[in-house]
Amino acid sequence: MTAFLQRLGAGTLGITERVGRGHLFLLHVLGGFPGLLPRFGLVMKQIYASGVLSLLIVAVSGLFVGMVLALQGYNTLVDFGATESLGVVVSLSLVRELGPVVAALLFAGRAGSALTAEIGLMKATEQLSAMEMMAVNPLHRVVAPRLLGGIIAMPLLAAIFSAVGILGGYFVAVGLLGVDEGAFWSQMQAKVDLYEDIANGVIKSVVFGFVVTWIAVFEGYDAVPTSEGVSRATTRTVVHASLAVLGLDFILTALMFGDE
Amino acid sequence: MPEAWVRIRGLHYARGEQVIFDGIDMDIPRGRLTAIMGPSGTGKTTLLRLIGGQLRPDAGSVEVAGQNVSALRSKALYRLRQRMGMLFQNGALLTDLSVFENVAFPLREHTRLPERMIRDLVLMKLHAVGLRGARELMPAQLSGGMARRVALARAIALDPEMVMFDEPFTGQDPISLGVLVSLLRRLTDALGLTSLMVSHDVQESLSIADYVYVISEGQVVEHGTPAALRRSTSPWVQQFLQGQSDGPVPFHYPAPDYRADLLAEAP
Repeated sequence: MTAFLQRLGAGTLGITERVGRGHLFLLHVLGGFPGLLPRFGLVMKQIYASGVLSLLIVAVSGLFVGMVLALQGYNTLVDFGATESLGVVVSLSLVRELGPVVAALLFAGRAGSALTAEIGLMKATEQLSAMEMMAVNPLHRVVAPRLLGGIIAMPLLAAIFSAVGILGGYFVAVGLLGVDEGAFWSQMQAKVDLYEDIANGVIKSVVFGFVVTWIAVFEGYDAVPTSEGVSRATTRTVVHASLAVLGLDFILTALMFGDE
Repeated sequence: MPEAWVRIRGLHYARGEQVIFDGIDMDIPRGRLTAIMGPSGTGKTTLLRLIGGQLRPDAGSVEVAGQNVSALRSKALYRLRQRMGMLFQNGALLTDLSVFENVAFPLREHTRLPERMIRDLVLMKLHAVGLRGARELMPAQLSGGMARRVALARAIALDPEMVMFDEPFTGQDPISLGVLVSLLRRLTDALGLTSLMVSHDVQESLSIADYVYVISEGQVVEHGTPAALRRSTSPWVQQFLQGQSDGPVPFHYPAPDYRADLLAEAP
C-alpha cells in the first residue's frame, strides 16, 4: 500500500515538474520572438519545413475527407429531399471541425514528429551545447523560429485542407451524384458565416498549431540525448499532441458554438 | 608565469552519487597552451563545461577573466562566452548548414560585418585548417577528422581570447595530426591565445604544451611543465605517461573477483 502511494506520489510529482518545465521553457522561447522580426528568414525556413512539406499529405487527406463527406451527407439528405444543402453540410463540417482537427492531427504526425526528432538529435550530437558555447541561445535561435513557424503554418494548412475538401465534395456531389451545381455553391455562400464559422475555425487551427508545435519542440529539447530517448520523445509528441488537439477541440467547440 | 586567465579554487562537482571533482585547484595562464590529461572518464570534458558555465560547481569557484562564472547572469555569461571558443569532441557542427556556413555562423550571429568580409574571414580560417576547398560540403559528407578541423575553424572564427579543445587529436590521420599539433602551437603564439586542451594523447600533448595538469579520481595528481612531468617520481604519472597496463591505475572498472564471478550462478 505504501509502495503504491509512493509510486503515485512520485508519478504525480514527475508530471507536475514536467508541466512546470514545459511552461518555463515556453516563457524563454517566447522571449526570443521579438528578435525574430529582423531575421524573419529563419521563420520562413521553418514555415517551409513544417508547412510546405506537409502540403501533400494534407491536400490528399482533405480531398478524400471532402469526397467521403459528400457521399455520406447525400445518403442522409436524399431521404429528406434536401440534397441542395449538401454544399452546406460539407463546407460547415470542414471549416468548423474537420479542417482544423484533422489537419492538426496530420501536422502532429508529419511535422511535429520531425521537429522533435530534429531538436532531439541536435541535442544528442551536442549542436545545442555548441551553440550555447558560441554565446547563441538555442531557445531563441533554434526553438523560437520553429514554434512561430508552426503557429503560422497550421492555419494555412487547415485552410488548404478545407478548401481541397470542399472541392472534393463538389466533384462527388455535382459530378457523381448529380446535385445541382448552382444550389451547391449558393447555399454554401448563404449559410457559411465569415465570423461565426470561418473565423472560429481559424482560431481553432491557430491554437492547435501553437499547442502541437509547443509539445513537439519541448519534447525534442527535453529528450534524453540518446537514440532511445529521441525515439521515445518522438512517440510522445505524436500521442500527446493528438490527445491535446482532440481535448482542446471539445473545449473550443463548447466555447464557440455551445450557446447556439 | 603570466597571470591566470582561468582560476579554479576548491572545485567540487558530483553527478548523482559519483564524485567527479573533489577539491581541485588550477590556474590556466594567459597566452599559454595548457594541457589537461588523465585517463578516460576522469571528467576532463566536464571540467571544460564548468569553465564554460554550462554546468555549475557544487562548491568552490571557477573564475574566467576575473569573473566568477557560476555567479554570472545569463547575459553576462553569454558576453563572456563570446571571448571563448570551444572545440567539441565530435565537432558538433550544425548539420543543416554547409562547412562555410558553419564557420560563418558565429560571425553572422555576433557581428554586422558585410558579406564580403565574412567570406574572407571564413576562407582564411578554413585555409588555416586545410579545408578551404571543402567549403561547399555538408557536415554529413566529412570524415570525423575533417569535421573536427572545421569545428576548429569555427571555434577561432571570432578571434577569441581563449579556446578550449576537447580531444583535438582523436581520429586524425598522421599527416593532419602533425599539422594540427603545430597549428595549435602556432595559434597560441601568433594570436596570444590562451589555449586549454584536454587530451589523453600523451606524446602530442607533452610536445606542444607549456604547462600540464594530470587529473585522476577527482584530484590533480601532478602539474608542471612537460619536462618536470617527465622527471616526476610519482609511479602514477609514470604509468600514465608510458602507457603501462600495470601500475597504481587499474585498467579494470571495479568488479568482484573474476573467478568467483565466472563460477557464480546465472541470475
